[in-house]
Amino acid sequence: MSTTVEATIDEICVVACAEAFRGDGEILCNPIGTVPIVGGRLARAVFEPDLVYTDTVSVLPANDFLVGDPDAPKMVESWVPYRTVFDIVWSGKRHVMMGASQIDQWGNQNIAAIGDFRQPKAQLLGLRGAPGNLINHPTSYWVPNHSTRSFVASVDVVSGPGYDRMRELGAPGNRFHEVRRVVSNLGVFDFQTDDNRMRIASVHPGVTVEQVAEATAFELAGTEDVAETRLPTAEELRLIREVIDPGGARKAEFR
Amino acid sequence: MVDKRMTEDEVVAELKDGMTIGIGGWGSRRKPMSLVRAILRSDLKDLTVVAYGGPDIGLLCAAGKLRRAVYGFVSLDSIPLEPHFRQARQSGAIEFTELDEGAFYLGLLAAAHRVPFYPTRAGLGSDMLTMNPDLRTVTSPYDDGEELVAIPAFRLDAALIHMNRADAAGNGQFLGPDLYFDDLFAMAADKTYLSTEKIVPTENLLDEGSVHTLRIQRIFTDGVVEAPQGAHFTECPPDYGRDESFQREYAATARDPEAWEAFRSTYLDAPSHAEYLKALEARS
Repeated sequence: MSTTVEATIDEICVVACAEAFRGDGEILCNPIGTVPIVGGRLARAVFEPDLVYTDTVSVLPANDFLVGDPDAPKMVESWVPYRTVFDIVWSGKRHVMMGASQIDQWGNQNIAAIGDFRQPKAQLLGLRGAPGNLINHPTSYWVPNHSTRSFVASVDVVSGPGYDRMRELGAPGNRFHEVRRVVSNLGVFDFQTDDNRMRIASVHPGVTVEQVAEATAFELAGTEDVAETRLPTAEELRLIREVIDPGGARKAEFR
Repeated sequence: MVDKRMTEDEVVAELKDGMTIGIGGWGSRRKPMSLVRAILRSDLKDLTVVAYGGPDIGLLCAAGKLRRAVYGFVSLDSIPLEPHFRQARQSGAIEFTELDEGAFYLGLLAAAHRVPFYPTRAGLGSDMLTMNPDLRTVTSPYDDGEELVAIPAFRLDAALIHMNRADAAGNGQFLGPDLYFDDLFAMAADKTYLSTEKIVPTENLLDEGSVHTLRIQRIFTDGVVEAPQGAHFTECPPDYGRDESFQREYAATARDPEAWEAFRSTYLDAPSHAEYLKALEARS
């Protein structure tokens, strides 16, 4: 497997993001951010052929097209203005992968503000679509800078609610909530524990469990017998490098 | 059909201090910027603005026109967070109502339909309810008994929208990829003022787009302003894209009071849209 050892961290993360969409079938795959977008397109090209995805403007392209090029040729299969995107969110036929400036052990996500939201120390993006996403359909997260500043004991503002908030809310309101997976530059995490606490699903090649623990401000579950994140196949590397992201836009998030 | 043509300054003369004004478009896309600039050079104050915000909210913050902003987000798209809005939030200069992007749509829809609220699951468990203590929940009257968030109607005193084409009676046409929520802004407002790249005779409304693009009906419009490049520097496809270089210049003014003063005197103090276009021409 001489081709796979050449995979770089950005490509390993792209594949880990793609894996988050495995098994989703015929839904709107809606990754936000370059690495998740490359991952979503890779998932459809390799193992989830029924996914649909947006061009991030207003159409669903049915072909594998380049990231970051608004003029890339598109075979349009449908029109999804923003109003339709919201309708799809509420219908549940969507899996979004968002960023998280802060995330805690229950999967609470903050992209809104640092400090007190009434007069924040740093205004971030805002709640955006997170409250509606989390309560309506599966959500995953991509965090390119795993550290105790991003994996925090407690988030300053809850944009996307996690499992403790959902336990408090109870049924039936919480029935569509699922934080599927968190992918960082160090590993892959999920909530497959008895009390839906974050656990290590795998660490990326060359990363140790100790490194992950040091970069995380809360205690992670699943620190024994940790698997290694799988490497891209030769075909996946070809698709990433030659078809989906030949310009290497995915690498910008690792600088 | 009634002729509703007017100028930007005539539109602003109809607005009053303290009004709640909706602005169409989305982020830095198809914003009625010539109308926004007319507000900036007026004496209007204490406004509440309701928008999928972009430089409209940023400029109104920077010029001290706002009491409150009601928004799903405030972004310049290629610059993810509006820098003047960021500053206003961090300095506590404005009151704010921040909602989930989809929930925001329901506030417009409720106002358009004249019902007090629309229910949604969006917001349950998140800090949207903490940030907005006035938001209420409602219990389904049916057997499921589910508790939902009741997004209140955003009734607007006035709405400002920008269309690619319109006739003089106020039928509006969008030719780009997305109408956004401009039809709902028009229906949610007591008075709606529409600016357009070009006023065309009614009989020519189908020359450039199919019937599906005729989404603003004249029963919802009160004034029509012809403003070529009226959305500049936001995008208005297919007529023009975003002026990214101008947007960067604008964004940089948030870090530098001198740059803001220069920007203001060159572009915002231009006494009319025609003069603004001349200043733009001198820039390039």
